[in-house]
Amino acid sequence: MTQNGLKIRTQSLSVFYGAKQAIKNVTLDIRVNDVTALIGPSGCGKSTYLRALNRMNDLIDNSRIEGKVMLDDVNIYDENVDVVELRKRVGMIFQKSNPFPKSIYDNVSYGPRINGTKNKSALDEIVERCLRHAALWDEVKDELHKSALALSGGQQQRLCIARALAVNPEVLLMDEPASALDPIATAKIEELIYQLKEYYTIVIVTHNMQQAARVSDLTAFFYLGQLIEYDETKKIFTMPKEKQTEEYITGRFG
Amino acid sequence: MKSKKNYTGALVVGITGLCAAAVVALVIIVMANIASEGAPKLTWEFLTGAPTEGMTSGGIFPAIMGTFLLVVIMSIAGVPIGTITAIYLSEYASSKSVLARLIRFAVNTLAGVPAIVFGLFGLGFFVQFVGRGLDSLFTGDVELRWGQPNILWASLTMALLTLPVVIVSVEEAIRTVPRELREASLALGATKWQTIRKVVIPNSFTGILTGGILAVSRGAGEVAPILFTGAAYFLPHLPSALSDQFMELGYHVYIMATQSPDVEATRGIQYATTLVLLLLTFALNFSAIFLRYRIRKRSVA
Repeated sequence: MTQNGLKIRTQSLSVFYGAKQAIKNVTLDIRVNDVTALIGPSGCGKSTYLRALNRMNDLIDNSRIEGKVMLDDVNIYDENVDVVELRKRVGMIFQKSNPFPKSIYDNVSYGPRINGTKNKSALDEIVERCLRHAALWDEVKDELHKSALALSGGQQQRLCIARALAVNPEVLLMDEPASALDPIATAKIEELIYQLKEYYTIVIVTHNMQQAARVSDLTAFFYLGQLIEYDETKKIFTMPKEKQTEEYITGRFG
Repeated sequence: MKSKKNYTGALVVGITGLCAAAVVALVIIVMANIASEGAPKLTWEFLTGAPTEGMTSGGIFPAIMGTFLLVVIMSIAGVPIGTITAIYLSEYASSKSVLARLIRFAVNTLAGVPAIVFGLFGLGFFVQFVGRGLDSLFTGDVELRWGQPNILWASLTMALLTLPVVIVSVEEAIRTVPRELREASLALGATKWQTIRKVVIPNSFTGILTGGILAVSRGAGEVAPILFTGAAYFLPHLPSALSDQFMELGYHVYIMATQSPDVEATRGIQYATTLVLLLLTFALNFSAIFLRYRIRKRSVA
């Protein structure tokens, strides 16, 4: 299925909100089982790009896209693509942790349940496995039926990751997953990302330069809706080809 | 010059203050009058007994039960329709679509239609058209069963009257469900309907409840819609079928005031019935306010 180790290939992707063009003609390949970081100043289109990968932009009135987003070999914007199936394959973690006001157990089992898994022991197994994968199991195993809202911010975000894992996605999109967390909780999320890339293809939007440098294999720099530079993270941070990239990562603007 | 200004200022303060005080005084006078005249009559026997001696003594139990049944049937009919409409308006219809605007226009118009018009509509549509139609279909016009005023037609008429109340408060509650929760659900591969069923409705449940309570309190206070569609002057027994007529608190107050055989003898009953009606609607309104307050607090948090 996957061609040359590429999971997602965006080809000349443009996204419009009404008359405003948020993404301009971006062509970018995302490698399987790698972490790809999207960086750039606020409003540069990196979140829009991320949301185009599981068609979350569809929810916004007046949004429109041009170009292609190939997941494996299928353009996800083809008419016969089921967006519900797509979102099961491409999961998403949001900037603000958004657990449902339900128990920890019910949060993680939400996805399997809507897909028709009713068997209690199967659900138990999924909940435990996903909470373990999200490095949260040891902290919550004795209070699975407590409200998810009682957890700390960092725990809530890891719960959201566990919830996303429960539908067996192939790709995880993360939209500044640690921006609202303290340094310790952030470190845990980063460690988790490092472990998760063994099984999943991860695309992460971040404002935090050090974070991009720490967690990602590849980094894409966006500016004003355009992809300025895309390369191995090491190269981007040590010898960027473009002047704008260098200015941004050294903190001269942004 | 300066003193003239001061006079004007004092005058404005005085007039506005007086008007405000008059409103408060009015409420106090009405309440105090009803409470003081009605309270002595408000006994357990009064609440649980049927009217006796040509309604010059006895209790109002059939009217209390009739009101209760009326609002229950009304809620069963009106709250689901109102909720579903609110869901359609807030979740499915694009705010600019012609259909959504049309529905909103209809809801606003419905809210402004005088209650007596609903009563006439109920008589013409439910009793005469639907009821008679059912009768001629099943009994060939031999027996008059549904083609006369009854509790079902009265409740359905009341449901129409209270529909805008339900729609508006449910829509407001649905709007307080954070976008993040919907996105979380959709991103997990839930369909729109699954998201509505599992996330939107459970999280706006108190709002749906509030809508129901407000509708009930509005319905319990209206007499005009049931005047021709089901309320009975006097029934010693409770309605036992949907095709039965029923007594109702508001209607009871109305007939006691206008058609009593002995005005002096019924005065106490009239006051006490009014007091019961007021307490009922106040209790409902306060619980709705309380629930709303809780929703608001959540949407801010």
